[in-house]
Amino acid sequence: MAETVTITIDDRQIQAAPGEMLLWAALDNDIYIPHLCASREEAHPTASCRLCFVEVEGRPAPVPACTLPVTEGLVVKTRSPQVDSLVAMGFELLMSNHRLDCKNCSANGNCELQRIAKARKLRLKPKNLPVLDKNLPVDDSAANIVYDPNKCVLCGQCVRACRKSGNGTLGFARRGYLRVVTTFGGVPLGESNCTNCGACVKVCPVGALAQK
Amino acid sequence: MSNHNAAAAAAFAKLQEEAQKDWDRLREKPLILIGAATCGRAAGALNLLEEVKNELAELKLDANVLEVGCMGHCYAEPIMVIYNEGFPAICYGYVTEGVGARIVRDYLTEGDPGIEFALAALEPNDMFPTFADFPRGIHENKIVLEQCGFIDPQNIDHYIATGGYVALTRALDMTSQEIVTTIKESGLRGRGGAGFPTGIKWQTCLDAPGTTKYVICNADEGDPGAFMDRTILESNPHLMIEGLAIAARAVGATKGYVYIRAEYPLAVERVALAIEQARSKGLLGDNILGSDYSFDIEIFQGSGAFVCGEESALIASMEGEPGIPRHRPPFPAQSGLWGRPTVINNVKSLSYVPHIIKNGAAWFTGIGSEKNPGTAIFALAGKVVNTGLAEVPMSTTLNELINDVGSGIAGGKKFKAVQIGGPSGGCLPESAMDTPIDFDSLTRAGAMMGSGGMVVLDEDDCMVEIARFFLDFTQQESCGKCTFCRLGTKHMLDILERITKGQGKPEDIDTLTQLAAKVKAGSLCSLGKTAPNPVLSTIKYFRDEYEAHINEGRCPSKMCKDLIAYYILPEKCERSCDACVGSCPVEAIGDNEDRIKVIDQEKCVKCDSCMVACPPQYKAVVKLSPPHLVEEKDREYREGKQKWQKQ
Ligand SMILES: Cc1cc2nc3c(=O)[nH]c(=O)nc-3n(C[C@H](O)[C@H](O)[C@H](O)COP(=O)(O)O)c2cc1C
Ligand code: SF4
Ligand code: SF4
Ligand code: SF4
Ligand code: SF4
Ligand code: FES
Repeated sequence: MAETVTITIDDRQIQAAPGEMLLWAALDNDIYIPHLCASREEAHPTASCRLCFVEVEGRPAPVPACTLPVTEGLVVKTRSPQVDSLVAMGFELLMSNHRLDCKNCSANGNCELQRIAKARKLRLKPKNLPVLDKNLPVDDSAANIVYDPNKCVLCGQCVRACRKSGNGTLGFARRGYLRVVTTFGGVPLGESNCTNCGACVKVCPVGALAQK
Repeated sequence: MSNHNAAAAAAFAKLQEEAQKDWDRLREKPLILIGAATCGRAAGALNLLEEVKNELAELKLDANVLEVGCMGHCYAEPIMVIYNEGFPAICYGYVTEGVGARIVRDYLTEGDPGIEFALAALEPNDMFPTFADFPRGIHENKIVLEQCGFIDPQNIDHYIATGGYVALTRALDMTSQEIVTTIKESGLRGRGGAGFPTGIKWQTCLDAPGTTKYVICNADEGDPGAFMDRTILESNPHLMIEGLAIAARAVGATKGYVYIRAEYPLAVERVALAIEQARSKGLLGDNILGSDYSFDIEIFQGSGAFVCGEESALIASMEGEPGIPRHRPPFPAQSGLWGRPTVINNVKSLSYVPHIIKNGAAWFTGIGSEKNPGTAIFALAGKVVNTGLAEVPMSTTLNELINDVGSGIAGGKKFKAVQIGGPSGGCLPESAMDTPIDFDSLTRAGAMMGSGGMVVLDEDDCMVEIARFFLDFTQQESCGKCTFCRLGTKHMLDILERITKGQGKPEDIDTLTQLAAKVKAGSLCSLGKTAPNPVLSTIKYFRDEYEAHINEGRCPSKMCKDLIAYYILPEKCERSCDACVGSCPVEAIGDNEDRIKVIDQEKCVKCDSCMVACPPQYKAVVKLSPPHLVEEKDREYREGKQKWQKQ
């Protein structure tokens, strides 16, 4: 029989497997915490989207829920002024670098960004920051897939899925602000070793990778 | 002393004896040392070396000439030291072309030591002052830098003869725990930036389960303006090697790596040679000095990205992955290279280790302050007179370091600020000059120790531009993995760029402050967590400069090109001199009706040539900020002329 620990999220007591990351414990109990980059299969958290911050009792600064293994008696809050302002800024940063076009987007209605905006009462259009459009070409060279790097939030879900169930076509390239998800050598998908399996499309939380 | 290592002690005694003979032989003739680390070479040390050798050959003089490392007085390079019978050893500075040959000739043939070229004597004497007689010498306390510039880094015997490898030999008689305890008691804090207690890191690694463990020397040194680690490796590589071997023994590692950036070819070469020599003497490799302890070192050349100095990125890059930081924990001491417990330490941290083992923990805690024992090593750069490397006890004040050790500001200018801690350090103003230099005080003041880069700024440096410059570096060096660092620093940089171009908006300072706070709190690794420091500290201490740029389109230091105009003061222009006219690359300078020179603002590309060209007795060219002041000045001139004509 699996041992469990009792933790408290937003004043609710919850049972969870010890060592499990808080993010999954919360989601499994219908407590939503914004997240884009986390994956259950991954032993080591990427912790790169920086949206899943929570307030942990006894810790001075918010902690990403995807990096926090649960332990007996853990007490967290998914909301606090500190968390909210950090998440709001993180979200605004992402949206400042996202080509917003919901009306024509395949993810419309099923988009993680829309979900976060709704859950946290945030605006999709950045309020204080200018929009930095990457202006990269949309890649529609593959048979079934369209990739719009301007909508990509660099969560890495597709890279992982492609390595696991696809052909290892996708990966990250370049540094800093120029970081992108692309194919090996940067060739269009249609000219790459992509098998059109669609594993990447399935996991993309936004409309960057879409089925044709 | 345990038995099997008595043999090691005996073996080492033999090495020492040979080394001592080699060392003593050096002084049988006049001995000439030439500082030829990268800094010395840049100043012409290799030419000096050749010149001195040629002169000796020509005059058929017999002397030993050694290529040594850097003793820290980089401002006075090329540097030469001569040991000669009958005189105290003298260190010469600014030994430019022709001077080296002359000193050698006069000294070795006529007994004239050429004191006009002397920086100082090396030993106390009745004739010349020594370094200790200058304010710099009073503060300096060299531990890590002690042998730098005085031994041949390519000759292991020099290191051994001056006390090297004694500590390693002693460590062979200690248990791992004894070594770790000594380092813990010494209070040594890592010199790679964060100041984490070395002993605690070692204990974690020692206690971590598993038999395969690694030690890594972090010699990535990506900070622009910092060159301490490079200089140490070029000047005395064995010190780090000995430290790394002791670290390995302390945690139970049999394999060590030196991670050096490939842009440091001389350091790579010297470390490689040193490893080879240590191996050939039985100080590295299987059964060190015949003991039961084996340890060897390999060099790993990094591709030279700043973020690769971050330990999890460094490990990733050694494993053949892109050098991108990972979320910690687990910390490398628990799970590092190939998932094995790994100690990563900075070059300087490791270089203290042999001294601590040799002299004891109490000796080390006797230097510096309680929470910050030992010395601080800084690379002094910027507008300070004596640029170079300095090693002073922790808790020496900024004032002492800049004004005594560094001899203050060059060119009679006014001190404005000091940027400490590399690209993610902070800028501290005059009012913070009494801050003691240590990890905690600097952080409290809004800067940080970092790895020891220190750039001194004067009145001509614009603090907004300085913040922009450093943020530009970190923004470009960000790995781009996490949201706050990738996009937050980008937005901050864009705002700073606008401000320096005179396009700032009143709300920019607030936006910058908010972004900075979030980038610090939200980023995954210390690059992002510290990147906003230059911006925050300049806003904190020099807010008026931001406001001048934004509200008045004025750059108080007259550094931001878009906010200045060059102007020739009519009352100062010596009409017939024409120096400026010839210097202007775009023919923007002409005569007005009074044959006074006038700059065509449309054509001017703000290259500074005319200001440099205008003879010092006139100093007629000035910079005006904001640029529209030119029109006012023109009006004044015309009105003044009318008045004068009416009279
Ligand atoms: C962006 C970044 C760059 C770094 N660069 C270096 C470096 O070049 N050399 C270094 O020793 N430590 C560097 N560090 C610190 C290392 O991650 C690590 O803390 C250090 O090597 C540990 O050694 P220490 O405890 O002896 O200081 C860097 C850290 C960050 C976040
Ligand atoms: S990805 Fe989401 S937020 Fe972006 S355009 Fe598509 S639906 Fe809108
Ligand atoms: S469709 Fe499959 S193979 Fe092609 S990129 Fe996506 S995951 Fe990889
Ligand atoms: S394409 Fe989609 S899944 Fe892939 S990194 Fe971008 S947002 Fe994530
Ligand atoms: S803080 Fe910057 S450098 Fe560090 S992981 Fe995030 S993006 Fe990369
Ligand atoms: S889900 Fe936690 S940082 Fe992305």
